[in-house]
Amino acid sequence: MTLLRIEGVWKNYRHQSVLRGIDLDVAPHEVVCLIGASGSGKSTLLRCVNLLETIDDGAIHLDGDEITDVRADVDEVRKRIGMVFQSYNLFPHMTVLDNITLAPRKVHKVDRARAEEQAGELLARFGLADKAGEYPDRLSGGQQQRVAVIRAIATQPRLLLLDEVTSALDPILVTEVLSIIRELKDTGMTMILATHEMNFARDISDTVCFLDGGVLLERGSPEQIFSSPEHPRTREFLQRVLDAGRL
Amino acid sequence: MTDEVTDEVTRPARSARQLERERIRRRQAVRSSSIATASTIVFLTLVAVLVTNSPGWPRVRETFFDPEWFVRSLPDVLQGFWTNVKIFLIAEPIILVVGLLVALARGLRAPVFFPLRVLAVVYTDVFRGVPTLLVIMLVGFGLPALQLTGVPSDEITLGVIALVLAYSAYVAEVFRAGIDTVHPSQIAAARSLGLSHGQAMRHVVLPQAVRRVIPPLLNDFVSLQKDTALVSTIGVIEALRQAQIYAASKFNYTPYLVAAMLFILLTIPMARFTDYLSARAARRRGPGGA
Ligand SMILES: Nc1ncnc2c1ncn2[C@@H]1O[C@H](COP(=O)(O)OP(=O)(O)O)[C@@H](O)[C@H]1O
Ligand SMILES: [Mg+2]
Repeated sequence: MTLLRIEGVWKNYRHQSVLRGIDLDVAPHEVVCLIGASGSGKSTLLRCVNLLETIDDGAIHLDGDEITDVRADVDEVRKRIGMVFQSYNLFPHMTVLDNITLAPRKVHKVDRARAEEQAGELLARFGLADKAGEYPDRLSGGQQQRVAVIRAIATQPRLLLLDEVTSALDPILVTEVLSIIRELKDTGMTMILATHEMNFARDISDTVCFLDGGVLLERGSPEQIFSSPEHPRTREFLQRVLDAGRL
Repeated sequence: MTDEVTDEVTRPARSARQLERERIRRRQAVRSSSIATASTIVFLTLVAVLVTNSPGWPRVRETFFDPEWFVRSLPDVLQGFWTNVKIFLIAEPIILVVGLLVALARGLRAPVFFPLRVLAVVYTDVFRGVPTLLVIMLVGFGLPALQLTGVPSDEITLGVIALVLAYSAYVAEVFRAGIDTVHPSQIAAARSLGLSHGQAMRHVVLPQAVRRVIPPLLNDFVSLQKDTALVSTIGVIEALRQAQIYAASKFNYTPYLVAAMLFILLTIPMARFTDYLSARAARRRGPGGA
């Protein structure tokens, strides 16, 4: 059974192919980590899945529907997919509560009282109950990113995309964001994460994919990829990460 | 927050060094304000002496600063000025709405809206290029000449139409600049949540854009307040026209001074308010910039 099927996806920017025939299946409740050097195409792949970019060949299916069909309703597709960005991208003119309830209220037509109640429950669950009325600029980076995660899951998406959600954070704040992601895995959320946190990737993923120059070079269980990578490029990459002290 | 309060409470008595420092600071503050006062007085005296000793001064005083004419013309000029205020109050809200709609039309990418987009571009290009006075005369004299049914013929309405046409083009550009300052990642975040283009605009982009363009918009308001005097050319009896009537019949220009004073009294509060908002925005952004 597959929730998301990526088939031979190509993405070109001007003279450069950034994704070169990516194939990837994601099962319900599966957590997939995308690893690879900066510029290897991790963000682009996530943005293609969320239709923030249009692909140049191939197809992407969600729950059996082709979402890359040119006639597909992009807003309808995005209702079913949540995304969290490296730079949080909270709405600075809205309180934490309004950031979280905006999509439930305006897109999913939940009434305000119900939306706020659900947001309150999520905030409490992730230790942010006292921040509901704050504006984003009054929060630490870690808190902002946790709010961004809550905002993305408040609409109960089928799939959550996380793009290097801890890269902009001080090391000390990384843990609080990673723990919320771990908790989401326990609730059965299907996730694709682009990450540089190799320990975390090893710990949380069901499948690790190594991207190199827009090609999905190697995939497998975390043990397989981190302990006995087959491809020399994967070994090279992991060695560099190891040298940099990040594994 | 609570940290600051406890800091305040537990702060130890200031050291002798700090007390001395604060004493010097106070002394410096007193000194700079007395210097400012003194230099202002010297400057004003100099200007007054220079003007009143100029050869033409007696004549200028008579024709521009005649207290009797000041008092006599004030009620009529003031009444005319009320027309300026009315024109401003009617035109400004319409300008804000039209300007915003034009700015939004320029951002529409869907093919159905292509004509609308082109119209918006042509409109802003044309009306930013033509002098406001010319727009007023073309609308004021040209529109009635068409003799179309339903076209208003009273001068005030025509004046308002002309000002709306001229100013909405500027205001549209101000709004568009504001919309452009909102980072694309904000739109990406809104769209990724499933908001449509329109919803993203309405709930995410515009609220941020409008906040940022309030100072330049107020600046355009100030400018519009003054330009209401231009409608005198198509026969609206407003402050400038009233002053002109006096000046022409009595050969005394004091009524012009009255009109000028009334305009200044109207624009100063707006200008100060703009300064206040800009300063507040700068403070919000902090010393490090946005
Ligand atoms: N909008 C764009 N225009 C042109 N090139 C882009 C654009 N976005 C990304 N790229 C290029 O695509 C490649 C992959 O980028 P990205 O997906 O961000 O990689 P990663 O997230 O793995 O660091 C990079 O070489 C980058 O320069
Ligand atoms: Mg990236």
